[in-house]
Amino acid sequence: MKRLFITLFISCITSSLLLAEGYKVGDKATDFSLKNIDGHIISLKDFKDAKGFIIIFTCNHCPFSVAYEDRIIALDKKYKQVGFPVIAINPNDSTVVPSDSYSNMIVRAEEKNFPFPYLLDADQSITAAYGATRTPHVFLLQKKGGKLIVRYIGAIDDNYEEPQNVTKHYLSDAIDALLDNKKPNPDFTKAIGCSIKYQK
Amino acid sequence: MKTICKFLLVVLFGISINHVFAQHIPVYNFEEFEPILHQENDTTYVINFWATWCIPCVKELPEFEKVNLKFQSQKFKMILVSLDFKSQIENTVIPFIKENKIQSEVVLLSDPNANSWINKVNKDWTGSIPVTIIYNKNFYFFREGTMNFNEINQIITKNLIK
Repeated sequence: MKRLFITLFISCITSSLLLAEGYKVGDKATDFSLKNIDGHIISLKDFKDAKGFIIIFTCNHCPFSVAYEDRIIALDKKYKQVGFPVIAINPNDSTVVPSDSYSNMIVRAEEKNFPFPYLLDADQSITAAYGATRTPHVFLLQKKGGKLIVRYIGAIDDNYEEPQNVTKHYLSDAIDALLDNKKPNPDFTKAIGCSIKYQK
Repeated sequence: MKTICKFLLVVLFGISINHVFAQHIPVYNFEEFEPILHQENDTTYVINFWATWCIPCVKELPEFEKVNLKFQSQKFKMILVSLDFKSQIENTVIPFIKENKIQSEVVLLSDPNANSWINKVNKDWTGSIPVTIIYNKNFYFFREGTMNFNEINQIITKNLIK
């Protein structure tokens, strides 16, 4: 009995540590089943032909997310064809930020005509598992032997404010590298973003 | 005539009130801003990274204003570093400062390639705000997340150079 408790205790600590840490490049990412704006439940395993995924934690209210919307649409259009579709996930709790509610996600997706799934991480467990800390926050995954491997974490590019003055396209360079059987370089970047609003 | 005078007085009063809170906001790129993080004098600095669009930042600002009010006559300096878009200064940041009667110094850090400078602020910073740094030549504190008056007050009281 004592051993059971100790084991449980240790596994609790480990899992909380894992939650706090999130993924690093090279880690195996988890699949998920999250509700899309059209009401359907989406899982990565449903995308049989995909070579990988551009997972972007993003939301309605954050000006950085809004500033990147058109660029995310363009990324999806370009890379879906070659096997890397965008999957957008709203990580925020709508009791903290009402404008990030499911019904407001539907409104925004219609306004912008999002060509990609826009999912709600209602219990925020996927956000915690991935270790997303801000919006937008990108996790580029590649399928390998039935697993999803994290290949790039970070920013979309190096200029949130002025798309015309971007000099480094971190995310598309990373995808191009994967398509070219190379390792992304850099495979990790930082950016300013809105903190993710966890349920209180 | 009396009415005109009254009117003029009201207008003038209105302008002066506006003037008190209409801070000039310097805009820095990271290179220009960086020395603020590395002063080696007797002053204790509180550097708070915030933005008008950041809900938790806006919520905690009154706590920082209270701290500023308490310590402003001592060897102390509060700098609120706005990460708002440069294009939003006139329309959003200045009106916000006026409306909320912000007394602490506000500067705007506009350097969109944040990947090049976030680690130079602190390598533990993931990029979300609010972020607060409290330091002087003898000590250093970093927090990604919100703070309240009591926490900040305690840290400053303990470390202030008299």
